[in-house]
Amino acid sequence: MSHHKLEVRNLRFSYPDGHEAIKNISFIIHHSESVGIIGANGAGKSTLLMLLMGLLFPDSGEIMVGDVLVTKKTLPMMRQRMGMVFQDPDDQLFMTSVYDDVAFGPRNYKLSEKEVESRVTKALESVGIPNLKYRAPFRLSGGEKRAAAIAAVLSMEPDILIMDEPTSALDPKSRRRVINLLKGFSHTKIITSHDLDMVLETCERVIVIKDGEVFADGKSADILVNAELLDSCGLEIPLSLQNCPVCGKRKNN
Amino acid sequence: MSKIANSLYNIRLLNDLANKNTSIHNIHPLAKVIATVIYLIMLTSCGRYEISRLLPYIFYPVLIFAFAELPAVPILKRVLLVEPLIIGIGILNPLFDNYTINIGDFAISRGWITFFSIFIKSSMAIVASLLLVATTGMDKMALALRMLKIPKIFVLQLLLTYRYISVLIEEVFKMQRAYTLRAPGQKGIHISAWGSFAGQLILRAFDRAQRVYQAMSLRGFTGEYNTGEIPKFMFKDFAYMSGWSLFFVIARIYNIPMLIGLFFTGVFNL
Repeated sequence: MSHHKLEVRNLRFSYPDGHEAIKNISFIIHHSESVGIIGANGAGKSTLLMLLMGLLFPDSGEIMVGDVLVTKKTLPMMRQRMGMVFQDPDDQLFMTSVYDDVAFGPRNYKLSEKEVESRVTKALESVGIPNLKYRAPFRLSGGEKRAAAIAAVLSMEPDILIMDEPTSALDPKSRRRVINLLKGFSHTKIITSHDLDMVLETCERVIVIKDGEVFADGKSADILVNAELLDSCGLEIPLSLQNCPVCGKRKNN
Repeated sequence: MSKIANSLYNIRLLNDLANKNTSIHNIHPLAKVIATVIYLIMLTSCGRYEISRLLPYIFYPVLIFAFAELPAVPILKRVLLVEPLIIGIGILNPLFDNYTINIGDFAISRGWITFFSIFIKSSMAIVASLLLVATTGMDKMALALRMLKIPKIFVLQLLLTYRYISVLIEEVFKMQRAYTLRAPGQKGIHISAWGSFAGQLILRAFDRAQRVYQAMSLRGFTGEYNTGEIPKFMFKDFAYMSGWSLFFVIARIYNIPMLIGLFFTGVFNL
């Protein structure tokens, strides 16, 4: 299905202060692919996500969702098809109850209240928190907030899910729950993270960004074991692939 | 620290109370908002020497407390928070207006009467507003305000301020903690750091606002706040609204306590 394809061509972007954050990035992400975008701090990951979502506009180059070019005119339509989960769930949960928050997107697209309700219920069930429906977002734990934020995006039924650091600031159990959740989604996924173990588990493809450029693009199984490549980008191979910290023995891959 | 943590916890109490299911909570938000507004107008427009006229207005909060099954202590505590401000406004009256009048054997300056009248009026007005929030909730109140054609920008601002006040308090708390850890033995924040402290807070608030706005527009926000199904305005809502409004207006026009007094004394004179 070509209409779920995301294509980025020769993207360039500089901030008003002259800092060139994105220098010539191109890639294609196909339907139902999971792609991890990794890179050191300041490599340009967040800027890239903002460009993808149309929160920033590139100086040159283009972004195509399916066969539609992202412009100011096509933004509303495009945003319905791409959902982004923010790094800090507090930025995303602004209503007074979880239900209203998850319903926020569908209501903005003027769906009937019945349709809104069924979507909210479905979204909350798919992230496993139907019991928190009427709770206030600020009373939730970190893991619950993250789940609510994901539900808030799922209720828009996007084709492409974009996540900024979905496992940051979560305890191990909540992190595991989010990872399992991500693995269960059949959407096209774009995930940025420093949690390379999570990327290894959830994404079959990785794009490494360095100084605003694509440094490497390939299978996770190839790139995430390449210590030299990762080291040159300010990264490290995933902890699960590193030597045992107690006996120093190398793991058999 | 405990103070800030406490206030964070308590800040939502009123909204939590609004989730109850009593006959008062089930009244249409618009009816409650209008009744409260008329209450406030009638109450505050009473003359400054007419304390007796204010007495009937106490019925409203008392009945709402009872029928909505609200806890009186936490709500009255919130009124106490505002009292110093009210006293500050009225306390000079007894000094300036010292014309004395006699009530029975007591001579009292008119200033004290105006002071008490300000005190009673403001306290009752605050109680009424708090009761509105505690029986309606912020979301539904916003809905009612929109139905009254209040511009959406104001309503949105109200709701977002309410949502993010706790986030801002947390931010202040974090900054304060970072400050005190590096400034041992200092009480509070030194005046020389106030500027950068306030500036920092504003910048953080801007950043936060930017991200919240982005999150909203990504989910199709175009300026209209859709709060879902609008409840129907039924006869009981109309009766509630007009009943109370009528009572407030009558209590404003006629001095009910005096009429009752006259009635009884008249009866006894026969």
